[in-house]
Amino acid sequence: MFASKKSRLAAGVLAAGALLALSACSSGGGAFSSDSASSSSDTVTVGSAAFGESEILMQIYGQALEANGVKVAYKPSIGQRDVYLKALQDGSIDLIPEYSGNLLQFYDKNSTATSSDDVYAGLNDALPKGFEVLDQSEAQDADSYNVTKEFSEKWDVKSLDDLKKVTDPLTVGANPEFQTRPYGIPGLKSAYGVTATLKPISDSGGPLTVAALKNGDVQLADIYTTTPAIKDNGFVTLKDPKNLIAAQNIVPLINSKKASDKVKDVLNKVSKELTTEDLIDMNGENQGSSKTQPDAVAKKWLQDHPIK
Amino acid sequence: MTDILAAFGWIGDPTNWSGPSGIPARLGEHIVYSLLTLLLAAIIALPIGFAIGHSGRFRGLAVGVSGALRALPTLGLVIYLALLTTNLTIVPPLIALTILAIPPILAGAYSGLESVDRAPIDAARAIGMTGWQVFTKVELPLSLPLVIGGIRSGGLQVIATWTVAAILPVGGLGRFLFDGIAVQNYPEILGGSIIVVALALVADGLFAIVQRLVVPRGVTAGRVRDSAEGGRSAARPVPEGAPPT
Repeated sequence: MFASKKSRLAAGVLAAGALLALSACSSGGGAFSSDSASSSSDTVTVGSAAFGESEILMQIYGQALEANGVKVAYKPSIGQRDVYLKALQDGSIDLIPEYSGNLLQFYDKNSTATSSDDVYAGLNDALPKGFEVLDQSEAQDADSYNVTKEFSEKWDVKSLDDLKKVTDPLTVGANPEFQTRPYGIPGLKSAYGVTATLKPISDSGGPLTVAALKNGDVQLADIYTTTPAIKDNGFVTLKDPKNLIAAQNIVPLINSKKASDKVKDVLNKVSKELTTEDLIDMNGENQGSSKTQPDAVAKKWLQDHPIK
Repeated sequence: MTDILAAFGWIGDPTNWSGPSGIPARLGEHIVYSLLTLLLAAIIALPIGFAIGHSGRFRGLAVGVSGALRALPTLGLVIYLALLTTNLTIVPPLIALTILAIPPILAGAYSGLESVDRAPIDAARAIGMTGWQVFTKVELPLSLPLVIGGIRSGGLQVIATWTVAAILPVGGLGRFLFDGIAVQNYPEILGGSIIVVALALVADGLFAIVQRLVVPRGVTAGRVRDSAEGGRSAARPVPEGAPPT
């Protein structure tokens, strides 16, 4: 069949490559297909978004459930909200840690709720059928406007209300959606009468945004409140007296079919114990010099806060 | 299908065609960024590639290094350079994309020179041309189609990949992708992608025309006569004056 040794070898390599590609396809499909083994009726599959804090929370939920005799499977780093919520709806995951304000905004684009209680109340109406949020934690990871210490002192700015005093043009370093979100550029204008322009930096208040604020490319930076870099760089988080920024309490979003009394009880206890300070510390361990893995960070928190 | 229609609807929306963040402005930025990148990469890669092709030395090194450069993930390099220099302008992506464009241009340059038939080079030396004259009058003209081919392939990669630079606050067509993803505006994402694809196709077409135009007249003339004489001469590729077999 084959003319020479060489072509036989080539055919073999090709076949091996095709096999590899095929196996990659099938495992890739499994991640999002609803009939995967991990979704069997007594296992709770807990997922996470593609960033450290979400993975830590996923591990806390999962390990706490396991410690109380619930079978758990993990699917970390699924991506952004539109992707992992799809995964939740098609049954590839059953549970994911969420942020109340952004979750509400996703399902109800016209919502104007900003306080923790209003947002939580809005969530129960907005969520699709068959899914529910359990008790929300007081722990929050919300957007926040930050300035450098020098800027704060120079203009005597401690709150968003004080920004009116600044006569220099203001630029904000934030994700591109800041251009249109109610808590972004439009909100600054309508709630505080401050005109600012956006420098879009797509790293969600990460190191690029921090660098832009530090070197003066931007005067304001949108950084999540649980980011250790705020404290590390001595940034000043501006107060928001008019509740421009929606609350972002940590809340477990779960498929109602998997929300047994035991699961609910465990996760509600976790939410009760968790604080914003805990999140800052855990993110510090995860992102700082020690680079502790999310599962180890979660394990340590659960040792200090046993969930029984 | 509805997604594609929505994307073309987005492209056709006149509000997307004006202002500093409109399609013409972003397209202009993208073209300027891409040309700048290609220019930088060509300035670096062409002389090195020609030197390797002309002398035949350091070929293994060039293949190895340029192969390794190809493997560098551009997005990672953009972020790394931006953090390293705390510079959030077009400089980090410009460097990263120049590195991306060097390997194909380098490969086109040395393989172009290597592909030149030894006979005209020997003839050129025999009539007393210097090394420089051999390069400019014989090797370079004969290798141009492949050299341009290298720039063409580098240009396509540069046009497609400049989009990732929009993770930083820079312009270009990548803005539509990053800004669209941020607010789940799928028509904008797809519309922006379609414009990138269109730009790449147009650029590729232009390079293809240039590639044809740069073929030296002598080579083209020979080709035309070959095809005019039909299959008979092609079947007998015996040079004139060769001893009968």
